[in-house]
Amino acid sequence: MKSPPFAYLAPETLDDVVRGLAEAGEDAKVIAGGQSLLPVLALRLGRPSVLVDVARVPGLDTIDVVGDEVVLGARVTHATLERHPLVAAHAPLLAEVAPLIGHAAIRTRGTLGGSLAHADPAAELPAVAMLTDATIDVRGPDGTRSVPARDFFVGYLTTVLAPDEVVEAVRLPARGARVGDAFAEVSRRHGDFALVGAGARVGLDEDGRVAELRLAFLGAGSTPVLDVEAGAAAVGRAPDAAVLGEVGRAAAARLDPHDDLHASASYRRRVAGALAARVLATAARRAGAAS
Amino acid sequence: MSAEPRLEATVSLRVNGEDRQVHVEARRSLADALRDALGLTGTHLGCEHGVCGSCTVLLDGGPVRSCLVLAVQAEGHDVVTVEGLGTPDDLHPVQHGCLEAHAFQCGFCTPGMLISAVALLAENDDPDDAEIREALGGNLCRCTGYESIVAGVRRGAELLRLDGEG
Repeated sequence: MKSPPFAYLAPETLDDVVRGLAEAGEDAKVIAGGQSLLPVLALRLGRPSVLVDVARVPGLDTIDVVGDEVVLGARVTHATLERHPLVAAHAPLLAEVAPLIGHAAIRTRGTLGGSLAHADPAAELPAVAMLTDATIDVRGPDGTRSVPARDFFVGYLTTVLAPDEVVEAVRLPARGARVGDAFAEVSRRHGDFALVGAGARVGLDEDGRVAELRLAFLGAGSTPVLDVEAGAAAVGRAPDAAVLGEVGRAAAARLDPHDDLHASASYRRRVAGALAARVLATAARRAGAAS
Repeated sequence: MSAEPRLEATVSLRVNGEDRQVHVEARRSLADALRDALGLTGTHLGCEHGVCGSCTVLLDGGPVRSCLVLAVQAEGHDVVTVEGLGTPDDLHPVQHGCLEAHAFQCGFCTPGMLISAVALLAENDDPDDAEIREALGGNLCRCTGYESIVAGVRRGAELLRLDGEG
């Protein structure tokens, strides 16, 4: 189907993007790659009056390392995450996850900022942003504010973004020494949205015991889920299979996934537990744990 | 583009090596502009919401679904459609490979398959079958002719490498 009519604006600066959104009122939408938004319009599930395109704003497609942070512009594409040397060196989980997003033709256009702003709970990058403790810089009429990823997602396809705000950049701590991370998901076919997925980050102390442990899930609730209790249960313990399996199963039991025609909630919970144990083991091994 | 939101616009873009201009409604996709305004009907529209891959074209060299790009977003960009790959007398090596392998049934999905294959081979001139399947994963064939399509792309890669050596 064709999209319903809308007006189009392509400002040259971020301030003009914000002004365009403010002038258009609540039914304006930002468009970047459009890989989530345009299907919504084609299926007529949305009917915005104005699309404000961020394509002409300079500087939104850059990747830099500033101090101990990797700073990614909102318009960085999934294809760039797959290939960029700074991502591979300092935020390798993004490079590992990017190929799981849609298909090649989607990744050419789809953007990091767009995926976060769209906030699909089954999407990979929102969960990874929470797992890696990313900060999302948001531009609005009063300037830029920084929102921790764990506070950014408030519900199904819903974020803390106001109608006149736009994602400007995503900052995440460069992965440190003795830290490993991993991600896995189960989908019916490769390229489909995952039924459920899990990401893990494990940091080890000098004695090889768990210093930090984080778990995040996708497809397991109305938002991506960061499990804050998993770390407390594991810190100070040896990262052996028994401990990591127990931590993963306990985290999965705390999930409240949904039923749909693709999978039941109990199936999703079981798969989440299996995936969590697997990614924790991989992350621990990558952090340097003896396997 | 003006500083006011516009319901329609004149878009300048480069298509198959030629500078073109199209006047379109903002809601029209790049696929609509290619087919309706420029008469390039080799780009096929199946689902029109980004699932089937029949409308795949190269945008600045990368594969994109032209139903998921607005024509106004293509302003100033470079587009290659299936018409830009080869001519009936001088087929692109991937087109030759697919012809040799009978890599088509009804042919509706073929333009998107060809473009996706060309994009793959630009990055990797000797893909294995798994890499070919991965690259074509976003292109659906309702005749389920996938085996011969994979064989066609494999043969196209051989022909492209031979071209490179010649």
